Amino acid sequence: MAREDVLVTADWAEENLDTPGVVFVEVDEDTSAYDSGHIRGAIKIDWKDDLQDPVRRDFVNQEQFSQLLSERGISNDDTVVLYGGNNNWFAAYAYWYFKLYGHEDVKLLDGGRKKWELDAREVTTEVPERKPTQYTAKPLNWDLRAKRDEVEAAIGAKNLIDVRSPDEYAGRLLAPAHLPQEQSQRAGHIPTALSVPWSKAANEDGTFKSEDELRELYVNEAGLDEGKATIAYCRIGERSSHTWFALRELLGYSDVKNYDGSWTEYGSLVGVPIALGDEPGTK
Amino acid sequence: MSDSCAAPDQDAALPASVDIEKETVLTGTVVNDEGELVQGAYVRLLDGSGEFTAEVVTGEGGQFRFFAAPGKWTLRALSRYGDATGEVEASRGLNETKLAVSR
Repeated sequence: MAREDVLVTADWAEENLDTPGVVFVEVDEDTSAYDSGHIRGAIKIDWKDDLQDPVRRDFVNQEQFSQLLSERGISNDDTVVLYGGNNNWFAAYAYWYFKLYGHEDVKLLDGGRKKWELDAREVTTEVPERKPTQYTAKPLNWDLRAKRDEVEAAIGAKNLIDVRSPDEYAGRLLAPAHLPQEQSQRAGHIPTALSVPWSKAANEDGTFKSEDELRELYVNEAGLDEGKATIAYCRIGERSSHTWFALRELLGYSDVKNYDGSWTEYGSLVGVPIALGDEPGTK
Repeated sequence: MSDSCAAPDQDAALPASVDIEKETVLTGTVVNDEGELVQGAYVRLLDGSGEFTAEVVTGEGGQFRFFAAPGKWTLRALSRYGDATGEVEASRGLNETKLAVSR
């Protein structure tokens, strides 16, 4: 897989705003961002309201995903270009869904909303109308998603990559530093997990680093074993989607899963091992 | 309390659940060359070793806010008017900084 197969530049996006069969989708947690201005022609998907099951702690299933994309006017053969705020966290999370449900042609806009805004490119508040479609999602591809038992079994056996900040990894903080520190689950990390904060995979303007820089980061600096399968996790699974994208889609490792239960699940499980401090710890 | 990792509204008042006696809050505004408040600036918090910790986007009042710990921090602002860097020695309570961005 080449970089241009999975990432588009802001210049490419600007040239293809009116290309038939190309659908721009903004994915955010805070949909007021879309409402205040978005890329012309882009539709929005709400990270929580559209992509999470309203009752159970799980994300939308195959039928719900088919229904969502049908309502939004996306076809199975469209080229979907995703972008969003937070350095594309939620766009990468949605990208992972599109792959989980077997969409053929999906890409991320490199740098997302941030790069677009810093470049002072045009935005609009006009909401496009798209005709509903008959979208058919494929069954969920479990090769891309890790569940808790598999994660516990991976301790000391597979690469585990913790993409949270160093303080969250060590157990000094329970949440990222822009949120109040008031949660109750246990702090720390999964033993043997390597600490590679998601932010190391991105440049300051939100674009992904080059493949050479990424390989240097994960293999040479962090010690990722290229001969083993990899599971990435964070707190709720969206920052780790960003890293999953870097590892599987940009570097081309075939067996990379995202653990969307992440620390909010693992750090609340009874009886599982936890490591504290800056070192990975042992099995 | 948001249950995700995304940034809360930066112009909102501090939530009532935040105990300012216990929290270390880094807050402030981003201004441009003309001294005008900059909305939509990206402000990131780097720890004592220069490692990325968090990032928020300023609202209408040009305001940003982080919940951190006492110690040395670096604030880095990116905007369409240019960039700025500021150093903070934070202590418990409110720590205010103004970041003036320029090309």
